[in-house]
Amino acid sequence: MKLIIKNGHVVDPANKIDEVMDILVEGGKISKVARAIDAKAETVIDAAGKIVMPGIVDMHVHLREPGREDKETVFSGTKAAAKGGVTSVLAMPNTLPSLDSAEIINTLKDIIKKTANVDVFICGAITIGRQGKELVGMGILKKEGVIAISDDGASVDSDELMLKALKEAKKEKLLVICHSEDKSLSGQGVVNRGFTSTRLGLRGISKESEYKRVARDIKLAEESGASVHIAHLSCAESVEIIRKAKKKGVKVTAETAPHYFSLSEESLLGYNTNMKINPPLRTKEDILAIIEGLKDGTIDVIASDHAPHTENEKEIEFEYAEFGSIGLETELAVSFTELVNCGLLIWSELVKKISFNPSKILDIDKGTLGFGKDADITIVSPEKEWVVNKVGFVSKSKNSAFIGKKLKGIVGYTISKGKIVYKTSPFAEREIFRSPNGEVGMAK
Amino acid sequence: MIKKKTGKWVHKDLLGLEYLTKEDIELLLDTAVSFREILDRKIKKVPALRGKTVVNLFYEPSTRTRVSFEVAAKRLSADVINIAVESSSVKKGETLNDTGKNIEALKADIIVVRHNCSGAATMLGRNVNISVINAGDGWHEHPTQALLDMFTLRKKLGKLEGLNVSIVGDIAHSRVARSNIWGLTKFGANVTVCAPKILIPPGIEKTGVKITDNIDDALSNADAINVLRMQFERDDMKAFPSQLEYFKNFGITEERLRKAKKDIIVMHPGPINRGVEISSEVADGTNSVILEQVTNGIAIRMAVLFWVSQVRDKEVKNEINY
Repeated sequence: MKLIIKNGHVVDPANKIDEVMDILVEGGKISKVARAIDAKAETVIDAAGKIVMPGIVDMHVHLREPGREDKETVFSGTKAAAKGGVTSVLAMPNTLPSLDSAEIINTLKDIIKKTANVDVFICGAITIGRQGKELVGMGILKKEGVIAISDDGASVDSDELMLKALKEAKKEKLLVICHSEDKSLSGQGVVNRGFTSTRLGLRGISKESEYKRVARDIKLAEESGASVHIAHLSCAESVEIIRKAKKKGVKVTAETAPHYFSLSEESLLGYNTNMKINPPLRTKEDILAIIEGLKDGTIDVIASDHAPHTENEKEIEFEYAEFGSIGLETELAVSFTELVNCGLLIWSELVKKISFNPSKILDIDKGTLGFGKDADITIVSPEKEWVVNKVGFVSKSKNSAFIGKKLKGIVGYTISKGKIVYKTSPFAEREIFRSPNGEVGMAK
Repeated sequence: MIKKKTGKWVHKDLLGLEYLTKEDIELLLDTAVSFREILDRKIKKVPALRGKTVVNLFYEPSTRTRVSFEVAAKRLSADVINIAVESSSVKKGETLNDTGKNIEALKADIIVVRHNCSGAATMLGRNVNISVINAGDGWHEHPTQALLDMFTLRKKLGKLEGLNVSIVGDIAHSRVARSNIWGLTKFGANVTVCAPKILIPPGIEKTGVKITDNIDDALSNADAINVLRMQFERDDMKAFPSQLEYFKNFGITEERLRKAKKDIIVMHPGPINRGVEISSEVADGTNSVILEQVTNGIAIRMAVLFWVSQVRDKEVKNEINY
């Protein structure tokens, strides 16, 4: 089975390629990247005028299975991933029950094998039930294929336990992903604390609740020597703390989500619950700081923090609504529109943030179009404009903060291990899925 | 909010004073002047809303606002239905949107909603085609209260421009304070908020108000003072010193008023806590307009009911645009 992509603008920062080239795929692997490849193939894709990039590696995705299949499943979530140009996702552990034991990991692995449309890697919990009380058996989880651990949605409050976790994770060579939030400071807050929370009459979430915990997590990382990744940065202070830590040589990486560089707290003035996110949308100054962090390399990764919720959890009073927005189907377009199209980043920098860096951080063999690598490829029409519409989502949940927004850049093809898992027809928005195709992702 | 090209009033809903223009507010105040006269007649009823149904949908116990809306609607000849929902059962029961849609299906014309959650009226307005009037949502807005405060001030002092108005009390958790700030600043009044620092919400100075935690400063140059009800029973107040302490530092007493302008107007949205935020002598004294506020509240609510009932364009959806 051969596939050839002709005349596309290939962006592969790992191999320093940023020019028009052809790509030949054989047996699910990249077999050649060169100019004007002369080869016969069953499938020929004309990618003239399109960007051809390594498939997106989204290291912050809530697939909700097992336990909350009403919000999302591995099948629906990876279908949404394919539509968004995402070929690998890291599934977060706040499922029901949490991903804290070999048994539950095996259940999930089985579901992935049967239903995933793209590759799914697994992030285990740090503590049993994500309660912050008792550490999971990291060695056991690692043996089952877990590639990182996190109590995402919660932070391990006890410094002592967190330090112990980091030391253990270092021993097991597991990445620790920190949801850095001090609940004793954020409390019952629902939006960024400041003039907007005052205008809306809603309880605020201070920036301190985030950056103080970021500082603690970094301090403990330094003390333990473990690799730490800070999830979903939202404010200027956090960016600055990470910038300083990196200069000092601490093993820390950081991520932000598209909504933190594209939407400010002022978008919330109509009480749109789809924009109720944790950490909350911050100020315009924070947006600029996040963008600066992306530009100077302080922030390594853009990940969606895809957080599906049902309509009855969102179409209610703002204070009662769940936190989170879906993001798999919009992350590339939002990133392109807000960063590349505005001249803040160039394509190869974006590909680094969204495909290559997360692969490196997770230590998985993805994010490049090098010879012999998995043929995970995303083809994008960068000039195509579209309006985000609730009806268009293939995710089981429709709670997108970007509904109604006009975006640039549409995914034309998503190829996972040489198979087309998503395709936009040039004449209609018809989609083709071949499922299952994805696998349980394993470390290198 | 709906923008309708014809007529003076263009809003389907009344959600808050932040979203209105000075002209909108002026229209309501002027209309209330004529309705206020009706209240002193022997026959206190006009047919303006005959055949219309007003539903009072209250998720919080409130006697005075609910009764005021009921009286206002009845003076306009509307049919009134009162629905009281226990807020403790809200999460388990029917959603606010479903309740709103059911009321709409019952062919009611206006929903007057009081809710403990900020933004509840906004959400309801977005989800039904009939008019929604916010009778207080969380800490967000209580537009008709602020309108009646402004009406009372204007009636007493002839204007709002340039007036020095101090709002004293729990600003952070007060929808009355927010609505008053939006409304008064649109008319060029100089608003000062006075409270212990922890009860001043962040960024409030961006509305143009002055902030002080010294009650004598707040009183010294004020033409009017609006005293907010203190709710010491709420969870957020646990960190707060005692009631007595508050009264000592912020309570409005005769002694304090003696240092203020002689004819300073004392307002209170009610119900008053005698001896907590205001002394009985002041509440019942010559500067107090607390009971006039109650009467004026009917006129203001008549004006609001009247104008929202004039806008009925089912094709257009309510939207606050930002």
